[in-house]
Amino acid sequence: MSPLSSAPANATRVAPPLEAARRYPPKPADVYLFGTCVIDVFFPGAGMDAIRLLEREGIRVHFPQAQSCCGQPAYTSGYTDEAREVARAQLALFAGDWPVVIPSGSCAGMFRHHYFELFKDETQTLQQVESLSARTFELAEFLLEVCKVRFEHTGAPVKLALHTSCSARREMNTHLHGRALLAQLAGVERVEHDHESECCGFGGSFSVRMPDISGAMVQDKTAALKGSGAAEVVSADCGCLLNINGCFEKQGDALRGEHLASFLLRRTASASTGGAR
Amino acid sequence: MSMLADTPAQPIAFTRNAREALADAQLRRNFRGAMDSLMDKRRNQFPDGDELERLRAFGNRVRARALSKLPDVLERLEANLVRNGVQVHWAETVEEANAIVHDIAERHAAKKLIKGKSMVSEEMEMNHYLGARGVDCLESDMGEFIVQLREEKPSHIIMPAIHLNAGQVAKLFHDKLDVEYTEDVDRLIQIGRETLRRNFFEADIGVSGVNFAIAETGTLLLVENEGNGRMSTTVPPVHIAVTGIEKVVENLRDVIPLLSLLTRSATGQPITTYVNMISGPRKADELDGPQEVHLVLLDNGRSQAFADGELRQTLNCIRCGACMNHCPVYTRIGGHAYGTVYPGPIGKIVTPHMLGLETTRDLPTASSMCGACGEVCPVKIPIPSLLRRLREEAVRAPAAEPHHMRGQGAKHSKKETLVWKAWRALNTSPGLYRVAMYAGTRLRGLMPADIGPWTRYRSAPKPAARSLHELAREHLGEQ
Repeated sequence: MSPLSSAPANATRVAPPLEAARRYPPKPADVYLFGTCVIDVFFPGAGMDAIRLLEREGIRVHFPQAQSCCGQPAYTSGYTDEAREVARAQLALFAGDWPVVIPSGSCAGMFRHHYFELFKDETQTLQQVESLSARTFELAEFLLEVCKVRFEHTGAPVKLALHTSCSARREMNTHLHGRALLAQLAGVERVEHDHESECCGFGGSFSVRMPDISGAMVQDKTAALKGSGAAEVVSADCGCLLNINGCFEKQGDALRGEHLASFLLRRTASASTGGAR
Repeated sequence: MSMLADTPAQPIAFTRNAREALADAQLRRNFRGAMDSLMDKRRNQFPDGDELERLRAFGNRVRARALSKLPDVLERLEANLVRNGVQVHWAETVEEANAIVHDIAERHAAKKLIKGKSMVSEEMEMNHYLGARGVDCLESDMGEFIVQLREEKPSHIIMPAIHLNAGQVAKLFHDKLDVEYTEDVDRLIQIGRETLRRNFFEADIGVSGVNFAIAETGTLLLVENEGNGRMSTTVPPVHIAVTGIEKVVENLRDVIPLLSLLTRSATGQPITTYVNMISGPRKADELDGPQEVHLVLLDNGRSQAFADGELRQTLNCIRCGACMNHCPVYTRIGGHAYGTVYPGPIGKIVTPHMLGLETTRDLPTASSMCGACGEVCPVKIPIPSLLRRLREEAVRAPAAEPHHMRGQGAKHSKKETLVWKAWRALNTSPGLYRVAMYAGTRLRGLMPADIGPWTRYRSAPKPAARSLHELAREHLGEQ
């Protein structure tokens, strides 16, 4: 009687059980840095600040020069084959045992969670993906949970707003790591902004495919950041910063967001055990 | 009968609709205010994050289990409903479903039909179909009643008139119902109820949706807050329930977590004012209830989603609307801009199965992939992943694989495919990448100030003078 009798059996997916809290390794002597394509072109200073922050914690940083993009732009646009080949090129570059630190929650989420989908039909590659995923950390997460940094604020007190990219928030808990790092700094007053957890409207190709909706979102975001009374804006994702800063500039506003790494390097000293060299 | 079915290749004018909605300040204030309030209500219902996560995982399993044996569970539902005296009808298309309802109406010489809230009847455009054949359909849910008076479609699956404020409803009632102008919400509701009351007793048929169809007991469960659902299903002599084939659950106990998830996620209520459990028509020794109860089970593209292990998760949906309440896109453009019965994130993943990707080609693209929908979904539908999958289906080269999705490849473009192939070459050839970065940074002065849609709201981004690759090479050496 049912029209569905020919459907395949057992094709339904059951969501995995609650994920246990991530376990962190001891602080390593060496790490890889994956710089991300947006940082490479538009925010290289943020990438260098991430490298210097890690070095300040006594870690040797390795930056494979053949790295490019994590593959996310093609992946989210539906060009899965193209994304897979770009992902494959990155996989080969980070094959050692060192942790991979990424100063972007969104690209870190791609390495950590989405490569499984890209390589689901390649058993051999999946082993590499498994290893890469387990070793991938967003920068703030790595500083806080692996390096167990103790930062001290230097310079004048500052009122600051933190914007976290949506995928970083939802896939990597980057907002919690960013907040915890900033909470270490006595001179930083972190202010909430209106609809703080709402998307800034970037979304990669979304910003050009749906420009009016994206534009309405980023205008609301810049208004909320202004309205928070923050003197500085930080974020751990340069895609969002490209969007938010571009909108501030278009509006003739002097406020600009900067990468969390740049703020931390500029405004803190490390008092971590095993500390600065 | 669908307005869209006649012109399958014509995509919904989503971007134009969205632009018009964005320019409507009143509409945006109404939605922002309403969605903020709904998000707060939901948050207050789930103070314990662990409880929420356990319940969501449970709800996901209950739905996945029912779907994993859907044909069997549906047949069991049918057998138990029939045993309870309910007449069960199967419809593959909305045309078939409408014909079934019309046949029943004709057999009873029905002239007037009263409806409780049902999104499946919206899918069917039942009011239009029956109206054209001499059967008047009156909506009895207050929100549906309002949009029917305005000759509009619902803008939200739970709160159909959420796009309107009290002033707009006051004017509508004053104009159409010939009553005094008042913005007092209690008085407005009273006016609506008085108008509807008479109709329950005059109707020949009552129509309702179904929240959960329980196979084990042959029971149709219906939640509501206004009592109109109970009136529609008990006062008229004939009750016709319409629902999608995915709404079935195996056992009575499965309903407990789902009901809790549904009402708390949807309206922020621990439970609705009315929970109706309908298990058949009036029995010989009973004083009230309908003499006939029918259930129409509609497919309308659901079996296409069912046939794919990943896309099947679309059918987990219990229609709570939390995804749209939390969606930054829906909040800004409202429900009508989507041009579909189901708006918002769930609409973007379910409608392509109903209408095909030709008409809905822009819907999966209309998301920043922020993930708010997937985070709040009470049955853990991975909405962003399914949007991504639909984007893949939409741009897939038409002949590459056998079509299993209607409209597959509707957005395929040779030009865009070439762009991504070039992107792949750039990002898999370190030498090429290095040259491109060198050129991009050195020629940054040539970056145009106007780069199309991006610069409508932002300044053009300027490449740095030197790339991170260069700076890192200088600092760390060639690696």
